[in-house]
Amino acid sequence: MTHLDALEAESIHIMREVAAEFRKPVMLYSIGKDSSVMLHLAAKAFHPSKPPFPLLHIDTGWKFREMIAFRDQAAKRAGMELLVALNREGHDASVTPFSHSSSVYTNIMKTDALKQALTQHGFDAAFGGARRDEEKSRAKERIFSFRTQHHGWEPKNQRPELWNLYNTRIDQGQSIRVFPLSNWTELDIWQYIMRESIPIVPLYFAAERPVVERGGQFIMVDDERLPLLPGEQPELRSIRFRTLGCYPLTAAMTSSATTLPEIVQEMLVARTSERSGRLIDHDQAGSMEKKKREGYF
Amino acid sequence: MFAADLPTAKTSSVKTPLPGLSQPKDLLRFLTCGSVDDGKSTLIGRLLYDTKLLFDDQVATLERESKSRGGAGQEIDFSLLVDGLEAEREQGITIDVAYRFFSTAKRKFIVADTPGHEQYTRNMATGASNADLAIILVDARKGVLTQTRRHSFIASLLGIRHVVLAVNKIDLVGYSQSRFEETVADYERFARDLSFETVKAIPVSAKLGDNVISRGANLDWYAGPHLLGYLEAVEVARDARHQPFRLPIQWINRPNMDFRGYSGTIASGSVAVGDEVVASLSGRTSTIRSISTYDGDLQDARAGQAVTVTFDDEIDVSRGDVLSDADQRPDVADQFAAHVIWMHDDHLIPGRPYLLKIGTKTVLCSVTEIKYKIVADNFQHLAAKDLGLNEIGIVNISTREPIAFDPYAANRTTGGFILIDRVSNHSVGAGMIGFALRRATNIHWQPVDIDKRRRAQAKSQRPVVLWFTGLSGSGKSTIANLVEQRLFALGCHTYLLDGDNLRHGLNRDLGFTEVDRVENIRRVAETAKLFVDAGLIVLASFISPFRAERRMARECLEPGEFIEIFVDAPLSVAEARDPKGLYKRARAGQIKNFTGIDSPYEPPEAPEIHLDTDKVAIERSADRIIDFLKKGRYLKPG
Repeated sequence: MTHLDALEAESIHIMREVAAEFRKPVMLYSIGKDSSVMLHLAAKAFHPSKPPFPLLHIDTGWKFREMIAFRDQAAKRAGMELLVALNREGHDASVTPFSHSSSVYTNIMKTDALKQALTQHGFDAAFGGARRDEEKSRAKERIFSFRTQHHGWEPKNQRPELWNLYNTRIDQGQSIRVFPLSNWTELDIWQYIMRESIPIVPLYFAAERPVVERGGQFIMVDDERLPLLPGEQPELRSIRFRTLGCYPLTAAMTSSATTLPEIVQEMLVARTSERSGRLIDHDQAGSMEKKKREGYF
Repeated sequence: MFAADLPTAKTSSVKTPLPGLSQPKDLLRFLTCGSVDDGKSTLIGRLLYDTKLLFDDQVATLERESKSRGGAGQEIDFSLLVDGLEAEREQGITIDVAYRFFSTAKRKFIVADTPGHEQYTRNMATGASNADLAIILVDARKGVLTQTRRHSFIASLLGIRHVVLAVNKIDLVGYSQSRFEETVADYERFARDLSFETVKAIPVSAKLGDNVISRGANLDWYAGPHLLGYLEAVEVARDARHQPFRLPIQWINRPNMDFRGYSGTIASGSVAVGDEVVASLSGRTSTIRSISTYDGDLQDARAGQAVTVTFDDEIDVSRGDVLSDADQRPDVADQFAAHVIWMHDDHLIPGRPYLLKIGTKTVLCSVTEIKYKIVADNFQHLAAKDLGLNEIGIVNISTREPIAFDPYAANRTTGGFILIDRVSNHSVGAGMIGFALRRATNIHWQPVDIDKRRRAQAKSQRPVVLWFTGLSGSGKSTIANLVEQRLFALGCHTYLLDGDNLRHGLNRDLGFTEVDRVENIRRVAETAKLFVDAGLIVLASFISPFRAERRMARECLEPGEFIEIFVDAPLSVAEARDPKGLYKRARAGQIKNFTGIDSPYEPPEAPEIHLDTDKVAIERSADRIIDFLKKGRYLKPG
C-alpha cells in the first residue's frame, strides 16, 4: 500500500465507525480543499449508499462568492442534504471583520454559530477536516475528540486513543468532534486531489483578481463591502489562495500556478506555512488552543 | 538571517528531502520514547528542521519563543515545536502524545512524540499502539535508566518488534566510542528478555545534528547508517497479508433491497471473490460474491484495505462479528487471559463491570482475577488486588457474551482491546489478549425442571430484590425491617440481607477497601439472585456507595426484579444520628475508608423509590414501598 492508500483506508474506517456508533452525526463542510477531500472520502466509505449524514456549513456572510457557488454544487453532486448555519444575532448586530477584532468576530460568527447549530440539531458527532500538521495544539488532539455539554475541549483530560479503537461513549448533551484527516499533511491533500481528480474551488488556482495590499499581505476585494483605506486602489494581480476562509481575513499569495501540478510544485518550495495566510491565528500565542477550548473546531 | 545562528550538521548530503509529485511511497509509523530530558522532542524538531519540513514563519515563531523563554539565546529550543499545549510550555515538559509528519523521497513518516515522565506512561503506550518502530533515546552521560527499561518493556508489550537505540548527547561525552559501546551493552543485556526482533544502536547529537540526517565529522569510529538513513531503509512490515483472513464487520451497507454489503477494514490476510468465509461468532459460512468499492469491484483485497463485501447467500451477520478464513478461525470464548495497562486514577477492581471494545464489538466484562502485576522497571512479578494508574497486570477477563479474537502476539488488531468505565465513559485501560481460558466452556448450567416462575407461583408473589442504599445512619436497616414485618404480615415469604448477617459469615474475609467493597456487593448480588430464584422477596440493606456495583447487581437480575431504594439523609443528619458511634470513630481516624468521611458516596441517578428520611417518618416510608409493590403486582391481590 502506498501512503495515500493507507491514509484513505484509515479515514474511511473512522467515518464508518462514526456512522455505526452515533445516533446523529453531521459533517462540517467548510468548502476548502480539506473539506473536498473529506467529502470524497465519505462517498467512498459508504458506496453504494450515500453518506448517512448531512453537511453543515457555518456561514459568516463573508465567504468568497465563488465558495458559496461551489458549496451548493458540491452538495448536489454528493446527493447530500446541506444545512447552512449563520449566527443571526451576530449578523443582525452587524458583527463584521471590520467592526470587531478578528478574535471577537471569529468567536461570534464562527464558534458561536457552530455551537448553536450543533445544539439546535442535537448532533452527537461532527466531522471536521482539521489536520494535525496545521498547528501545534491540533497535533495533540485525538481523532475522536470529546467535547463537554458546552462544546469545550479539555486538552488535559483527553481520552487515551489506542490502535484504531475509538471510544464513542458520551452522555446526553456531550459530543465528539471527529477528525478523519488527522494524519494527512497539506502535501498529502494535494497529491490526493490530483490522484483522484477531486473538484476544488477555483480560487485555489491563480488568476487575475482585484486586491489591495495591507501590512505586506494581499486581500482580495471580493465585493463592495470591503472598506478601502485612504489612498487604497484595488489592482489586478495574478494571485491564488492556499487556504480559504472569510475573504477579508484570508491573505492571497501571488502566483502563476493554474494547474494542480503547478500548485504542488509551488508548495514544495514554499517557505511559509499554510496557516500564515490566516489572520485569525496570529492573535496571540496558543490562540488555537484557546479557541478550541471555547468550542472552535 | 536567523538560520546562520543555528547550529547545523557539518555536512548535509541528504538534501533532496522534497518528495516527488507522484511516486508512491510507503508509510513508517514510529514513536520516540525515553527518560525525561533525553532529548526526544529535540530530536523530532531536528528531523523536521533538517528535512526542511519547517516553514519560515514557524521557525520565526520558534526563534521568538526560544528567546522569550530565556534559553541559550543563540539556540533554537526545538522542544517548543512539539510541546503544543499551554500547560506543556509552562512546565517545560511533554504531557501528551504529539503526532508529527515528515517525508523524504523514500518514505512518509508519522512520528508519535511521547512523554518521558512516569505519570504519563499511558500516553507512551498510546503512541506505541500504532507504531511499528520505537526510537528509544538514552542520554550518553546517564546511560540506561529506569524509564529506559520501562518504555522498552511497554514498547515490547504493545507489539513493537524493531528498536533504534539512539545514544544521544554523544557530543557531551566527547563523542566517546567506549561510552557508546558500554551503553549499548547495558541495553542489550536487559533487552534480551523482550520480544524485539532488531535493535539498532546509533550515536547521535540531536541538538547539534550529528548523525541525524548526515554522518557528521565527529563520529569516524561509527561505521553504520545515520538515523534518517536507517529509518528510510529499515524493513518493519509484519506481512499481515500472509496471516489468516480477518475482517471485523463495521457497518452494514444497505442502500436498497438488492444490495446487502458488509463494510470493514481487513485486519489481516486477504480475500478473493469465491472464497469460503465464516462469520466467527455465529459460525455461519458463506462465499464471497463481490468486493465492492467506489472505484469499482475488486477480484481480491488484502490487509489494510477498507472494503465492502457481499455474500452468495443471505446470511445474517452483524456489526461486531469477524469474517474469517473458514479453515483458520479465531478463538471464540467468553474468558481469556490478557495483559492490561491501567490508564486511570480510579483503580481497576476485580468484579467491577467495564465495557470492553475489541475490533467493532463492545461487550460488558469484568476482571475475574489479577494473577499478578509486573513492575515495568525490572520485570518483577508482584501479587495484586487492584491495578493503579500506569500499572500493568496479567489478568483473567470474563465477558458477558463470547467474542472472537486472536492472541495479540499474532494479530494486533484482533487481539487488542480497550476498557471503558460505564459511569464516567473514560477509556480506563488497554489490553492485549494472551489466550482463551477453556474453563468457561467446561462449566454448564445444570438444567432444572422446577424454575423460578413455578416456585414463585407456589408462593403467590413475584420475587424481587428491594435494594436499600444510603449512608450509614440514613435509616436503611430500620425501614427494611419495618417493610419486612409488613410483608410477613401479608403472608409474603421474605429474607433480609444486611451487612451484619453477611459480613459475619459469607463475607468474613473482606475488609473495607474499595476492592473488598466491590467484592462484598458482588457476593450480595449473587446471593440475592439465588433467593430470587427461590421465589423470595429479598430486602438487601447495604451502604453500597458506588453506582457501578449497584448497576452490576441490577444487571444480575431480570428487568423488574431489582428495585433501587435511595434512603436519602444528608450527611449532617446521618452523622448526628450515629446509632453505632461509627462516625465519631471515623472522624477520629480510627476507621478508614468510611463512606461520607474519607470515601465517597455516589447517589443513585434514577432510583425507583427515593425516600427523604430527613423529612418523612419511617412508617410513611415503609408505606410507600408496600404501595409500590402492590401497584407493581409483586404481591398477591387482596
